[in-house]
Amino acid sequence: MPVTDQELEKFNEKAWQLRKDIVDITFWSGGSHIGGAMSMVEILILLYYKYLNIDPNNPDMEERDRMLLSKGHGGVGLAALLARKGYFDFELLKDFNKFKSPFGMHLDSLKVKGVDASTGSLGHGLPMSVGLALGARVQNKNWLTYCILGDGECNEGTIWEAAMAASHFKITNLITFVDRNRLMIDGPTEEVMGLEPFADKWKAFGFIVKEVDGHSYTELAEAVEYARKEEKGPVVIIANTIKGKGVDFMEDDVRWHYGGLDTDLVEKAKASIDQMHGNPAGSKG
Amino acid sequence: MTEGLTYTVYDADTMTQAEIYGEMLCKMGEENPKIVGLSADLAKSTKIGKFQEKFPDRFFNVGIAEQNMFGVAAGLAKAGMIPYVSTMAAFTAMRGVEQVRTDICYQNLNCKIIATHAGTSFGSAGSTHHCTEDLAIMRSFANMTVIAPADGIETANAVRASLDYPGPVYIRIGRGFEPKYYEDENYGFQIGKAVEIKSGTDITLISCGVTVLQAAEAAKFLEENDGLSVRVLNMHTIKPLDEAAVLSAVEDTRRIITIEDHNILGGLGSAVADVIAASGKGCAFIKVGIPDCFSIVGYPEDLCNYYQLDADGIIGKVREVMKMDFEEDEDWEDEV
Ligand SMILES: Cc1ncc(C[n+]2csc(CCOP(=O)(O)OP(=O)(O)O)c2C)c(N)n1
Repeated sequence: MPVTDQELEKFNEKAWQLRKDIVDITFWSGGSHIGGAMSMVEILILLYYKYLNIDPNNPDMEERDRMLLSKGHGGVGLAALLARKGYFDFELLKDFNKFKSPFGMHLDSLKVKGVDASTGSLGHGLPMSVGLALGARVQNKNWLTYCILGDGECNEGTIWEAAMAASHFKITNLITFVDRNRLMIDGPTEEVMGLEPFADKWKAFGFIVKEVDGHSYTELAEAVEYARKEEKGPVVIIANTIKGKGVDFMEDDVRWHYGGLDTDLVEKAKASIDQMHGNPAGSKG
Repeated sequence: MTEGLTYTVYDADTMTQAEIYGEMLCKMGEENPKIVGLSADLAKSTKIGKFQEKFPDRFFNVGIAEQNMFGVAAGLAKAGMIPYVSTMAAFTAMRGVEQVRTDICYQNLNCKIIATHAGTSFGSAGSTHHCTEDLAIMRSFANMTVIAPADGIETANAVRASLDYPGPVYIRIGRGFEPKYYEDENYGFQIGKAVEIKSGTDITLISCGVTVLQAAEAAKFLEENDGLSVRVLNMHTIKPLDEAAVLSAVEDTRRIITIEDHNILGGLGSAVADVIAASGKGCAFIKVGIPDCFSIVGYPEDLCNYYQLDADGIIGKVREVMKMDFEEDEDWEDEV
C-alpha cells in the first residue's frame, strides 16, 4: 500500500481545509477559477504532504523538488495550500486579486514564495518543466520536477512540442499530471476540441501513461511511485477528476469554471465539503 | 462615409464593449455571408459567442490553440471568407503573433481581429493576462491597421468600418467594465482620422481607448480651474496614424501629452513622438502609460489611478508640462 490509513486521514483533513480555503478566498476576492481548483485538490495534497522534497522555511532550497502549475488559473488552490504549508501568512490571501496584492489569480513566481514558475498563459508549464528536468540532469541533481496540466490546456501545440522533447531527451525526472476533468470554458473538452483517444496520443509521443481516479490518493500514489522508479521514459498520469469536486452544485458544471460566491452559497459550498470529507475537525468550519 | 450609420442594435448604457461587438458582428453576419467567426475556448468571454449562436455553421472554436486559430483564419481568408477572430489580447498579440504577422499580415489577408481584455482591463488576473504590449507589436507589422476604440459605441463603429476596410485589422477592447464616452455613433468615425473632441490652444491631449474619457474630463477640469485651453484628440487609430492632426497640435499648442493603457514604449505615445520628431519643430512632450514594467494586480480603475492614466493623473501631467521650458520662438520657419 503506497498510502497508510494514517496518511489517508491526514490527507482528508488537509483536503477538507483546502477546499474550504478555496471557497473563502473566492468569497473574499469576488471570484476565482474555483472549478478547476477543486478538481486538482487531491493531486496537490498528495504532492505537498507526501512526495515533494521542499522546505517552506527555505523556499529557494537548491535541492528542492519543483512543482509547476501549468494550468495557472488554479492559482487560488495553490496559493491556499502554500499558505497552509507555511510559506506565508494565510491572512494575506484576504487580499487575493486585490489592488497591489502580490497575489493575482495567476501566481507570480517573483512575488509568491513557493511558486516555481509564473504561469497563467496556458501551454507554458510543460516546456519549462522539460527545461528544469534537463537542468537537473545536466548538473547530476536528484531533484524531481512535477507538472500539472489542464486537459483543455492540452489543445495547445506547445504541450505536444514539449511532450515530443521529453521523450526524445528520455526525461525520467519529470512527472506530469493531467487534471482530466473533461471541461474547459466553452464546454466539455470532447465537444469544444476532442482530445480522445487521449492516452493513445501521449503514448504516441513516447510517454508511459497511467490512468487513475484523480480523487483517489491510493491510485494517484501508486502512479507516482511507479513514475519515480520508471527509467525508460517520461510518465504522464491522467487523473480522471470532476470539475468543482466537493461542492455539489458546482460538480461537472461548466459554468463554475470561474465564479463568485455570496454568503449563502459559501455556506452551501462548505456544507457540501463537510459532507464529502466528513467534517474531520468537528463541527466548526 | 459616416452619414447614415443607422445600425444601432445595442443599448450602450447596459452593454459592454464586447457585447456590442458581438451584436454588431451578428448584424454584419446577416448582411454578409462571407463573414466567419473564430475563437479559442473564449467564445463566451469575448462575446463572439453571440455570432456562434446565430451562425453555428460559420463559427469555429478551435479549442485553446491560438496559433492554430490564426493559421486557420488565414486559410479561411485565402478561401475568400472574411474571418473575425477573437481571443484575449495577450493570447493574440503574443501567443498567436507569428501567425498574425506571417500568415495574415505578410499575405495581406482580409482578416479582422478583435482582441479583448487589452491593457490592464483584466487587472486582477495579473501580468499573464494584462496586455500592455499589443499596440507596439501590432503597429510594427506591415499591412496591419491598429485601432483602440474609446468605448462600446466606438467599438461598434470600428467593427463596422473594418468590414469595408481591406486587409488585416486589429481592434483592441477591454474586459467589459469600461465606462462609455459617446452618446451616439454619428460623430464622424473614420479609420485613420483622429476625432477632435475638444478644441484648444495651450496643450493637446492625445489618447486612445479607455483613457479618452479621462482626457476629456481632465481637459474640462483644467479649463474651469486652471484657465487652460486644452485640445483633446481621440486617436482611435494608432496605425495609420493621423499625422496631420499631430502636426497641427504641434503647431497650434506646442505641448502634447499622450495617454494610453499600454507600455509607454512602442504604442500611441511612440507613434506620436515619431511624427513630432520628424517635424523638426520644438514641442514639450510627455508620454503617460505603463512605465515599462509588468503592471501590478488590481481592479482596472485602481490601476488607472495608480499609473496616472485617470483624470487626476492627467491633470498633474498637464501642470508639469505647462511648466516645462521649450524654445520660446514664434518663428517656425527657421526650425524646419
Ligand atoms: C494561452 C491561453 N489561452 C486562453 C486562456 C484562457 N483560459 C483560462 S482557463 C481556460 C480553460 C482551461 O481549461 P482546462 O485546461 O481544462 O482547465 P480546468 O478545466 O482544469 O480549469 C482558458 C481557455 C489562457 N489562460 N491561456
